[in-house]
Amino acid sequence: MNTPLPDPTPLTMPFWEGLRGHRIRIQYSPSADRYVFYPRAVTPGTLANDLEWREISGAATLITYAIAQRPTAPPWQDSTPQILAVLEWTEGPRFTSSIVDADPPALSVGMQMEPVFMDDADTDLTLLYYRPAKVQGVRPRFG
Amino acid sequence: MTGLKGDAAIVGLVELAPVRRPSAPSPMTLEQIALLASRVIEDAGIEPTAVDGIITTRIAESTKFVPSTIVEYLGLPVNYAEFVDLGGANATAGVWRAAAAIELGLCSAVLVVIPGAAESLPTPTRRPAAPTSYFGASSAEFGSPQAEFEIPYGLIGQNVPYAQIARRYGDAYGYDSYALAKIAADQRTNACATPDAVFFGKKITVEDVLASPIIADPIHMLEVVMPCQGGAGVLVVNRELAAQSKHRPAWVTGFGERVTNKSLAYAKDLLVTPMEAAAQRAFAMANIGPGEVDLVSLYDCYTITVLMTLEDAGFCPRGEGARFVRDHDLTFRGDFPLNTAGGQLSFGQAGAAGGMHHVCDAVRQIMGRAGDAQLKQCATAFVSGNGGIMSEQIALILQGER
Repeated sequence: MNTPLPDPTPLTMPFWEGLRGHRIRIQYSPSADRYVFYPRAVTPGTLANDLEWREISGAATLITYAIAQRPTAPPWQDSTPQILAVLEWTEGPRFTSSIVDADPPALSVGMQMEPVFMDDADTDLTLLYYRPAKVQGVRPRFG
Repeated sequence: MTGLKGDAAIVGLVELAPVRRPSAPSPMTLEQIALLASRVIEDAGIEPTAVDGIITTRIAESTKFVPSTIVEYLGLPVNYAEFVDLGGANATAGVWRAAAAIELGLCSAVLVVIPGAAESLPTPTRRPAAPTSYFGASSAEFGSPQAEFEIPYGLIGQNVPYAQIARRYGDAYGYDSYALAKIAADQRTNACATPDAVFFGKKITVEDVLASPIIADPIHMLEVVMPCQGGAGVLVVNRELAAQSKHRPAWVTGFGERVTNKSLAYAKDLLVTPMEAAAQRAFAMANIGPGEVDLVSLYDCYTITVLMTLEDAGFCPRGEGARFVRDHDLTFRGDFPLNTAGGQLSFGQAGAAGGMHHVCDAVRQIMGRAGDAQLKQCATAFVSGNGGIMSEQIALILQGER
């Protein structure tokens, strides 16, 4: 069974087009001086209608993760253990992804992570996975 | 402090004994609601025609016009027809909305009944069953942020996000597996004094919990709720009807509701749950503090939910929940009675009705109907509701006298 692919809307398409080019573009609100994810029509909190697309580095911090020894749903039955994570981009927003190229015991909260672009063979979609960065800096503070 | 004056009370309850593996299909959800309504009104000793308000939640038969569908089915016209969609917080949401409608003078008696799990409903024979959601994901529809940014990575279900919260908590404060397991073991002791509990007669120890399989590290199987068929509800009435009821009324004296996000990734701070704000409001409204509570009935989909709720509701400082659990006996015989009918972990989680278990636990204790698990004194109870991934939370304070 294939894993489900995202189905972009007109508003979210620039994010997925960015991933297809192995770039990460997310929204930024100049009035709030804040990056925003997932893509929205207005800035959450201020409701400012000034969101623009900006490319970010993709560097992220591992906020937390869980290791699923049993598949979370049948499409992942051959993919266990799944490592599901909440990450935080250096630019601010948090997001969900899955960790690859990692030995679960070697993971720790606060690790520096780097993007892994995985192109889907049958569509023009690219998914954004993460793996531990080769160079680990000082752990930042976060809640 | 604005809020409830405490002039509305729960005077009747119904909670079906959960069934783990039903041998026959359950009634349709409309039928379940009608049967629960009939029983809760009979329990209260109130005439059915006194009902003039209703709180509804999702039903299998319709996605639209749910309140009017139920009102029509019951033949009970109302002045207030509410539909709430706050998951495990629905029961607590329904109770305070009912109390507010009564204090506004809109209603004299409000029904809050929730049918049990949908897995065992009858299936149609002449047309295909309606498509179910994507492996239980709460929103897999086109355009939903969950469908676009979470499900493709495999984030589906509750076990993983609760394990993510537990890991984040453990990184900040240390993860005391023994204390988390003790929550489940103490609640099982309570279930063993509650004949309707699905795990009645099946005592467990902390060691049993720790020896059960890891479902999503660090959560063990015996720290996860067991889905069951069931259903539960209460009747909330005004002072006049409360004076005529058969039981000691449980007055709704305080509540707080806080909804911050749907998915875990978008919580502002994983270590501060919405319960902090909800509980502060509830205690201020009731003009009491956490130290004046006789019974705590906390939403317990997982043990980590109980631990973090104890902290954020103010029963102990943040980060000291594990020590608090080790220092206190959480059973009905103990110095800090918690989930005295077993909680959902040991009573059984009747699907969407699971949150109502905690309301019923508190009301039974206040009314003196908790049987072998009855507390010597229960004048004040704190109840929590929890929907989503600790992202929709409600605190409720119920009191025997006011």
